[in-house]
Amino acid sequence: MDLFLGIDVGSVSTNLVVIDPEGEMYLSPLYLRTQGQPIKAVQQGLSLLNERLTKKDRICGVGTTGSARALAGVLVGADLVKNEITSHAVAALHAVPGVQTVLEIGGQDSKIIIIKDGIVVDFAMNTVCAAGTGSFLDQQASRLNLSIEDFGDIALRATNPVRIAGRCTVFAESDMIHKQQMGYSLPDIVAGLCEALVRNYLNNIGKGLEIRPPVVFQGGVAANAGMREAFKKALQTEIIVPQHFDVMGAYGVALLARDHILEHGEKTQFRGFGVTNQQFQNSSFICQGCPNACEVIEIKQDESLLARWGDRCGRWTASKAETSA
Amino acid sequence: MRITYPHMGNLYIVVRALLVSLGLEVVLLPQTSRRTVELGVRYSPEFACFPFKLNLGNYLEAHEKGADTILMAGGVGPCRFGYYAQVQQQILSDLGVNMEMVVLEPPDVSFQEVKDKIRYLIGTLSWWQVIKAIRFAWCKARAIDEVEGRLLYLRPRVEDPLRLEKLYREALQEIDGAGDRRTVQGVVVDYQQKTGKLKKQQKKPLRIGLVGEIFTVLEPFANYEMEKRLGLLGVEVNRSIWLSAWINEHLFGGLLRVKYECAHDKELASPYLNSFVGGHGVETVGCTVGFARRDYDGVIQLAPLTCMPEIVAHSVFPALAKDYDIPLLTFYLDEHSGEAGIQTRLEAFLDLAAARSRKKEEQMSGSVFRN
Repeated sequence: MDLFLGIDVGSVSTNLVVIDPEGEMYLSPLYLRTQGQPIKAVQQGLSLLNERLTKKDRICGVGTTGSARALAGVLVGADLVKNEITSHAVAALHAVPGVQTVLEIGGQDSKIIIIKDGIVVDFAMNTVCAAGTGSFLDQQASRLNLSIEDFGDIALRATNPVRIAGRCTVFAESDMIHKQQMGYSLPDIVAGLCEALVRNYLNNIGKGLEIRPPVVFQGGVAANAGMREAFKKALQTEIIVPQHFDVMGAYGVALLARDHILEHGEKTQFRGFGVTNQQFQNSSFICQGCPNACEVIEIKQDESLLARWGDRCGRWTASKAETSA
Repeated sequence: MRITYPHMGNLYIVVRALLVSLGLEVVLLPQTSRRTVELGVRYSPEFACFPFKLNLGNYLEAHEKGADTILMAGGVGPCRFGYYAQVQQQILSDLGVNMEMVVLEPPDVSFQEVKDKIRYLIGTLSWWQVIKAIRFAWCKARAIDEVEGRLLYLRPRVEDPLRLEKLYREALQEIDGAGDRRTVQGVVVDYQQKTGKLKKQQKKPLRIGLVGEIFTVLEPFANYEMEKRLGLLGVEVNRSIWLSAWINEHLFGGLLRVKYECAHDKELASPYLNSFVGGHGVETVGCTVGFARRDYDGVIQLAPLTCMPEIVAHSVFPALAKDYDIPLLTFYLDEHSGEAGIQTRLEAFLDLAAARSRKKEEQMSGSVFRN
């Protein structure tokens, strides 16, 4: 069957989604930990995928997204490299056609997307603060000796959520410790933390935006029942969590790659599953050309240069273009 | 006297032409770089605005090159720029850096004071020489705007933007080196011809307007090369502030006619913003309305973090966006801004603007058929 692949390489997780031409999920999506090694994560994902595909399956288009979208795009030969905001919006629209607000909280960033009549009209993304993102919740769960999977359900048992200062993660943490020392119950503290993070999110990310239902909540943190409940309480509306909430970025970019290929009638640039066995070297050096001292990043495959970036002036990016021409 | 002045985009070319024609010895700064930021940030108050820090870095680098006098602009009103010079001077003297600072306050505030300062700088030179020097510098300012304007127009249209960029850099260098007005004009004509020959692609680019605080808009280092980023993403950029228009408005009392004027747009700020809020707050709002009326696909506001006038302007954006149905995006920038975040938001913003523009076109063609 003709299939389309979406790869989302984020700070915490690397997700792969394969869809059929109708846009339906083919195979169950892959959710891997990036662990600071995006190249390895992509290779691992592709090899797992390769095992599951049959001989008749053919990848006809690939899209990449997430913070390592450019790197992943070079590695696999993507037809489309798209930012995660657009990818998430596309996936949300596909899953919940009338959606007007998308709340997305991932490993290290959080965003809100406002949609009107099927197109994105506004969005916001955290810029300076990672409060309320997956990494912070992870950290607090381990501080409380809880597994992140149990965290949400414990919050639901709260009878009287504690009020925790949520403007800054560092202060939230010290306030939480303080509340622990005071002797509040664990569920009340955990629920209080969720509420503080939701307040922080709505004040920082949602500032000045009109949040209208239907509201979709996606990203890894949407797995957390405590956070879902806190959003429901704060927004006074139903919170829809789509079935594949944790891989929506990859899903969205797979849909976009499909549209791109079908619209232009192009052949895919996909480099094939052989990528999993190839050796990639990534290295960086500091350019001495001017006082900017840019850190230039190089991606090589078996000693031949695939891509370079990171320079302000385009000197190195350009030299790549010349060598490949 | 070895004189220097802080960077703001290509302003150095204009000021150099002026000062050299006045017979002064100019110490030209190295381009603002990460080193400049490091120096500036190290000695500035943490919550000073970004331009302040870059200025200070500029001075320290100029000092290394042997400059002993700084020419700096002053200001009045609620914007903190008004006390930049004084605070910077204090920091320099605390550091034991011995530099004299000559502050030119806006001439529309105290003409006599400006006159005295200029007299101090030029010694016995005649006022006729001063007028000649201003005319020469003005000619360069217009040439720069011409060259920049064409760069912004062509960047999304040519097949090889790097080649265009190179021609642009060369033209700037030649304008900077030109010794008379005829040579300057020759460079512009030559640049127009060369860029005209570049291969173009047949694609209608999105049009985005840049508004905001003057330094952040004009200095590519401060705005993380916003114009270039946008251009390479296939966008035609226009901005609210151009050097020649700004000089005309503030130094010549708006007497001349220049190409990229937005003095009229300023009046469009009402009813959203009716009073002077300092800096370029009113211009930001007015020019945003101006871009919206000229059917731009979106407007991006650029401001240093904690910039009060721009925060005031930003606060009326929701109302404005609603009335004009135009996508607006704001970036507050300083040395901590993350490039990845800027790029991601920019790309998403352009997707949004493109979707809106497609939808508008469909509606237009739809209504034609219905009629």
